[in-house]
Amino acid sequence: MNGVTVSAKVNGDAVQYVCPADESLLDVLRNRLNLTGVKEGCGTGDCGACSITLDGRLVCACLVLGAEAEGREIGTVEGLSEGGKLHPLQEEFIEKAALQCGICTPGFLVAAKSLLERNPNPTEEEIRYALAGNLCRCTGYDKIVRAVQSAAKIMRRGKKAAR
Amino acid sequence: MEVQLSGILSQAAGGARCVACTGATIGELLQSLVLQYPEMQMHLDDGIAVAVNGEIYRDRRDQPIPSNADVFLLPRIQGG
Amino acid sequence: MPYETDYTNQGFTKVGTRVNRPDGVDKVTGRAKYGADANAAGQLVGRVLRSPHAHALITKIDTSKAEKLPGVKAVLTGKDFPDLTGGNRGLMDILENCMARGRALYDGHAVAAVAAIDADTANKALKLIKVTYKQLPHVTDVDEAIKPSAPIIHDWVRTAGVTPAPTTASNVAQRSEFGHGDVDAGFAQADVIIEKSFKTEQTHQGYIEPHACLATLGPDGSGELWVTTQGHFTFRNVCASLLGLEVAKLKVTSSEIGGGFGGKTHVWTEPVALQLSRKANRPVKLVMSRDEVFRATGPTSSTSVDVKIGAKRNGKITAATAELRYQSGAFPGMWAMFGAMTSFACYDLKNVKSVGFDVLVNRPKVAAYRAPSAPMAAFAVESVVDMLAAEIGMDAVDFRIKNAAKKGTKASYGPVYGPIGIGPTLDAVKNHPHMKRKLGKNQGRGVACGFWFNFGGQTCTDLNIGVDGSVNLTVGTVDVGGSRASLALIAAEELGIDYEQVRVTIGDTNSLGHNDTTEGSRGTFSSGMATIFAARNAVEVLKQRAAATWDIPVEQVVWEAGEARAKGKQNNNLPPLSLKEIAAKSPRTGGPIAGHNEVVADGAGVSFASHMCDVEVDPETGATKILRYTVVQDAGKAIHPDYVEGQFQGGAAQGIGWALNEEYIYGDDGRLQNAGFLDYRIPVCSDLPFIDTQILEIPNPNHPYGVRGVGETSIVPPLAAIGNAVSNAVGVRMTHVPMSPPRILKAIEDGQA
Ligand code: FES
Ligand code: FES
Repeated sequence: MNGVTVSAKVNGDAVQYVCPADESLLDVLRNRLNLTGVKEGCGTGDCGACSITLDGRLVCACLVLGAEAEGREIGTVEGLSEGGKLHPLQEEFIEKAALQCGICTPGFLVAAKSLLERNPNPTEEEIRYALAGNLCRCTGYDKIVRAVQSAAKIMRRGKKAAR
Repeated sequence: MEVQLSGILSQAAGGARCVACTGATIGELLQSLVLQYPEMQMHLDDGIAVAVNGEIYRDRRDQPIPSNADVFLLPRIQGG
Repeated sequence: MPYETDYTNQGFTKVGTRVNRPDGVDKVTGRAKYGADANAAGQLVGRVLRSPHAHALITKIDTSKAEKLPGVKAVLTGKDFPDLTGGNRGLMDILENCMARGRALYDGHAVAAVAAIDADTANKALKLIKVTYKQLPHVTDVDEAIKPSAPIIHDWVRTAGVTPAPTTASNVAQRSEFGHGDVDAGFAQADVIIEKSFKTEQTHQGYIEPHACLATLGPDGSGELWVTTQGHFTFRNVCASLLGLEVAKLKVTSSEIGGGFGGKTHVWTEPVALQLSRKANRPVKLVMSRDEVFRATGPTSSTSVDVKIGAKRNGKITAATAELRYQSGAFPGMWAMFGAMTSFACYDLKNVKSVGFDVLVNRPKVAAYRAPSAPMAAFAVESVVDMLAAEIGMDAVDFRIKNAAKKGTKASYGPVYGPIGIGPTLDAVKNHPHMKRKLGKNQGRGVACGFWFNFGGQTCTDLNIGVDGSVNLTVGTVDVGGSRASLALIAAEELGIDYEQVRVTIGDTNSLGHNDTTEGSRGTFSSGMATIFAARNAVEVLKQRAAATWDIPVEQVVWEAGEARAKGKQNNNLPPLSLKEIAAKSPRTGGPIAGHNEVVADGAGVSFASHMCDVEVDPETGATKILRYTVVQDAGKAIHPDYVEGQFQGGAAQGIGWALNEEYIYGDDGRLQNAGFLDYRIPVCSDLPFIDTQILEIPNPNHPYGVRGVGETSIVPPLAAIGNAVSNAVGVRMTHVPMSPPRILKAIEDGQA
């Protein structure tokens, strides 16, 4: 194996791994770092199940090479809840029944979090377009959009209260 | 009692759409049917559904059949 | 033991509330384990080599180079699967579909498999396998395959359902006819007759999780299979028969399932993974790629349907016929038969006849897809119903109401209906605010009805009460969309305890008796029924323990609001005993407290839905936008309304994709050209509006709570509802699904010509 040694940060923790030069970051996360919350639905960038953030930017892990993560900061669904407390998006996905089978959920949560960081008060249309790279076959997206709307509201309220 | 056969089942009874059978339960009825039409066994093995007065039973062979019931034999249905 | 399954019309305190699902936290944190998320020490990677040809003789397979590649631990071809089917044709078809036996029958048909130490080595090994093919003529279109000139897929197939039995081979595997009355006489009475032909293209269930399993099979014939499936018990039985294993020695565990919709009711690569493991004597993990999922699992039929309906000027239908041709892929199926059974099920018809033809083609073996076969038949029938209403000059909803089936109607597929919900769903549509929305330019509205049977089946459930009073409910149906929550609600309702006190586990094949596959909308219906009975059995034990504690006859004990109460004046001094109190004492009053039930849950209750939708069609591009969509469906009793709505919305969305975009595209070479989510485009978030739902509750008389199956019916009406809406928007009748932009533009052009 022509291995590449990579040092990166995953959900705030420093990690090191060796992977073949052509191995995707998705395979690294799932198979070498055991972060199986990152899902594979297609491997070709078409379903969003593998959505992660790379230095804060939303990407499909299946389209990034493991080697490219050198020195960078990776965020996955496993890093969403802090100190044992669920992120408002996670809370609202459960509360609003925004998942049926749940295979798409990690990707949606990461994508929605990235949206709300850029735009804390998105319209329905903005939500729909921001999440258009994530496929869900179970829900028809209705309850997903509602959960994101409701989480956005809660987060805005939280910010105000903190001020 | 009269038992109506639908779809591909009637072929096993030589094309008859309706045959006379006896039996107080679904199990007995199917037994009497196979005695008359041995080819029916193949369909029973593949699975069959019996509608008794509109209620469809797939597996309950001990289900009683009231006299004068409307009895219909259907192929077994698959779902998704 | 017989149980009283009749509807009892009781009041509910838990059932019907919108609680949080118990597996929610696992699924939003990434902790839930799906098919591809399990690993075993020393596991190998399994990969499958697939035919690039639609139809070819496999004259030679040379695996010697692959076997010599370092790191390759097992290589398999059809020869490694001896025929143990004992002449069972259905099993043989499954086996041959898992691995070709001398002939590749479709693009994507498995011809060999390898297990190697890593993915890289496995992929290299596949390239080293040399297969020599002799290409044969192929056919992929359903209408072409019927023609006498078409290449014959299987020379052993004789058309079933025809008397006298044919003596020559045909691609028509089966003819099935349903109906009653005299259709010729009926048409003679009609004032108006409409006759039209329709086509629908092949679609895939499109679950986001590809098939995946982790298989371990030792030389002693005992093994384990971790797999994403709708039916782990069925998988166990099928794998055991194909591989010559003892059923009890193969433990199958169903992982969390990332969608199935019928596609995970059948085995595809699981027997191959087990056989690889047996040969290599190591665990083998086999995960399909998306390309493989499209090419080599079971999509739904493409179809071609002719419908003819006649009616009086007063709107009463006098006769209806349909001829339905459904392709079942390269192996015989019964899909046209289901189409024929469901086609006219919504209506009360004196004279009706539908004939289905199941047709073989060189495409993957068709599998169930949510209310299998019903959407295509509904598309054709509901389109003609709309045309007929228009011709008579009657409102399309009123026309349907006038002809709707009701209690006592002899269904077009035979039996007589009990209480059913088609009339009420149509009334709800008629009065829905959606119908009053003003339509703009290039906009159209469509309405359509749909029917699905639903069924129950064999079910086995265990309920165990811990010493702290918490309850573990173990069921054998898979949680495809929130059924754990519904079943916990039911257990809590019966025991009179808090919902949070119940934990639901999906049991593996070695911890429960057989459970039929979770299909036919049966999950909550049948496991719900078994849960009720298991809980009632546990209540009997709780009462006995309380009676023993009080030293009174058990007849004097009742169970109310989660506690045992002693009846009668003489017992006034006995304070009630809660479930918790009884459970705490259980070690000393006779040991663990449990309830168990096995039942054949029959009488799932047919279900009906009516959908309405508004669309806008861009006349320049032919693109259709869904402006508003509303689902009305009878649920019998909604145990957890959120997840019932979710089923309605999800089915509608799948139907919308089918109606507008999704289709398998085959080239002249018989190869699938769009085996990926980029070119096989399922609806995304920005394609859809919110999907409104209205749940009707017409109790199913055969379930203690009145529950009907709800999962499937919602995919039946959309093709037709959107077809009618688009036709109304562009002023031309749409007859070919999907109504993709080029097809709509062509229809507009042809309509103007
Ligand atoms: S797995 Fe990466 S987008 Fe589908
Ligand atoms: S919940 Fe199943 S794919 Fe989204």
